[in-house]
Amino acid sequence: MAEIRVESLHKAFGDFVAVQKSGFTIADGEFFVMLGPSGCGKTTTLRMIAGLDLPTGGRILLDGEDVTFNRAAQRDIAFVFQLFALYPHMNVRQNIGFPLKCEGVGRREIHRRVEETARLLRIDHLLKKPVSGLAGGDRQRVALGRSIVRRPKAFLMDEPLGALDAEFRAAMCQELRQLHQRIGATTVYVTHDQLEAMSMADKIVVMNHGVVEQFGPPQEIYDNPATMFVAGFIGSPPMNLLPFQGKVAAGGRVVAINGAEVAVPQLVEAPTHDKLVLGVRPEHIRLGEDGTLRGRVFGTEYLGTTQIVTLETEHGPVKARISSKIEAQPGETFGLSFITERLSLFDTDSGRALRSQTGEAAHV
Amino acid sequence: MSAGAQAAFRPKAWTGRLAAATVIVYALVTMVPIAWIFMTGFKTPQDSISYPPKAVFEPSLEGYVNLFTTRTRQTPEYMRSLPPPETWYDELVRSRSMVIAGPSKFGERFTNSLIIGFGSTFFSVFLGTLAAYAFSRFTVPLKDDLLFFILSTRMMPPIAVAIPIFLMYRTLGLSDTHLGMIILYTAVNVSLSVWLLKGFVDEIPREYEEAAMIDGYSRFQAFYKVVLPQMTTGIAATAIFCLIFAWNEYAFALLLTSGTAQTAPPFIPTIIGEGGLDWPAVASGTTIFLLPVLFFTILLRKQLLRGITFGAVRK
Repeated sequence: MAEIRVESLHKAFGDFVAVQKSGFTIADGEFFVMLGPSGCGKTTTLRMIAGLDLPTGGRILLDGEDVTFNRAAQRDIAFVFQLFALYPHMNVRQNIGFPLKCEGVGRREIHRRVEETARLLRIDHLLKKPVSGLAGGDRQRVALGRSIVRRPKAFLMDEPLGALDAEFRAAMCQELRQLHQRIGATTVYVTHDQLEAMSMADKIVVMNHGVVEQFGPPQEIYDNPATMFVAGFIGSPPMNLLPFQGKVAAGGRVVAINGAEVAVPQLVEAPTHDKLVLGVRPEHIRLGEDGTLRGRVFGTEYLGTTQIVTLETEHGPVKARISSKIEAQPGETFGLSFITERLSLFDTDSGRALRSQTGEAAHV
Repeated sequence: MSAGAQAAFRPKAWTGRLAAATVIVYALVTMVPIAWIFMTGFKTPQDSISYPPKAVFEPSLEGYVNLFTTRTRQTPEYMRSLPPPETWYDELVRSRSMVIAGPSKFGERFTNSLIIGFGSTFFSVFLGTLAAYAFSRFTVPLKDDLLFFILSTRMMPPIAVAIPIFLMYRTLGLSDTHLGMIILYTAVNVSLSVWLLKGFVDEIPREYEEAAMIDGYSRFQAFYKVVLPQMTTGIAATAIFCLIFAWNEYAFALLLTSGTAQTAPPFIPTIIGEGGLDWPAVASGTTIFLLPVLFFTILLRKQLLRGITFGAVRK
């Protein structure tokens, strides 16, 4: 059990900066997900926490102890690799028991703990099998078993479900979360799949180009994206981003988009210029007859109870998630209205969200 | 017509048979000289030079007896004065009006070949494994240049440096010593072994060692317990190639060894000179000389086959 603190972490490979000035705190017992597109620095950060790569700057604290330059073996952390890294020359039992052998645990004790771990993961019937013949899900369980058998301070997982079939993935997601609830150890989980992140995480850090974009619980990240990148990355389909020009002062509640007035949450910070972006989630759009902001239906995707309607507007395409009962034929024109308290405003230059009252409330 | 059409419909069976036929023909062609040597070893000197060559003959062990002994020709009076022969090989030699003077040097030379061949193979593979791991896993300054330099030692025939090596060895006192020959063959083979083994290490994902290191093992332990067991295929294949080179090497052995450390390749031709062209003795020496590499290859054939096709087949 441990708290992990990452302070202004920096990593460069030659001229390429993989991670810069990253900082966050992972509370004891938390299921923490690092989310971002490939090449965003999340795996590098994870490897630095594990001690497989050494940072070029910053600190990593494990339970308050500075372990930045400690060897991986001295950190008492377990790592689950994307491709499992099961030793092919050992069977399942030897694979799970391998970390214990290093600690000098007696043979009987190893036997007992391997059995116990295997029962927990429901792979006790596979113990004598070679790892090469196992199915993907079972390989994953063996890899998990090898990491939990030692009862380390924290688990680090690098896209552990990435190599599995889609049908296994949902089941393993649930299993991982249940396992976490039973063991309660701090878990750091890296993925590029926002669904995995949303469904499992206590807290998420969203990274892009080696920079931490946002850090918080899933709902906060969904409701109040801190940057345009987060807004465009999270959600399926992601947030609509409508660029416009218009002045708005602190305390403002209305922005004018091409003459159409749109009510927004009260701003507590004023933008420094007039190039702004309005962010609206597809499910917060209403289609009606009236409205000065108008769009022409371009296409629809039927999803059962809801449908995604793509509309052409003056500000570019907008996707709306509406009830499937509403008929929207291509070519039809609708007026768009938004749910005010769910809107976000972004500064185009910095890409950051302008602080508003609803956003502030969520931050507290 | 119908046969042609059938063949066209079953291209796999057709190409398979062609491939098999090619392999069989090739194997026959390469095996003829070996079969010839093997048979000559069991012929009498007369049979061995008869023309046309005899495919069917009465086998004799004279070649092998001559290989392992030195003999002197005696006068008929002396032969008659001897007590009756004690062993079958005494009898065989006396039937040629000679007596056995003592053992030949073949046993010694063969032992030298074993010591130098397997010794240099061990060191080539040992050094090659460590170097290949380092080149594969660590950021070595000037890595590509070093690898090229290592390979470049193979770009000329080793004999091109024979004279400097001969002079160096004479100064260092390494001429005609086991150690000297082991060092020399290791130096030549290590380039092959580094390059071959690096390919094998590159194929082993780093995650294996990283997993072991996170689980508490040191890097060396991770290498020893996780990487090495997965390298056995490559090590076996490399060892065979190194042994074959060291075992067959003739030029340096001729130049640098003459007595204590002389290996079998330069020794076998000297048998010809001892009292006429004794082809059966040469052939029997060659036959025995072939055996260690043959056994070693058979012993490791599974690994060798997997080693040669390694990387071609995705797991």
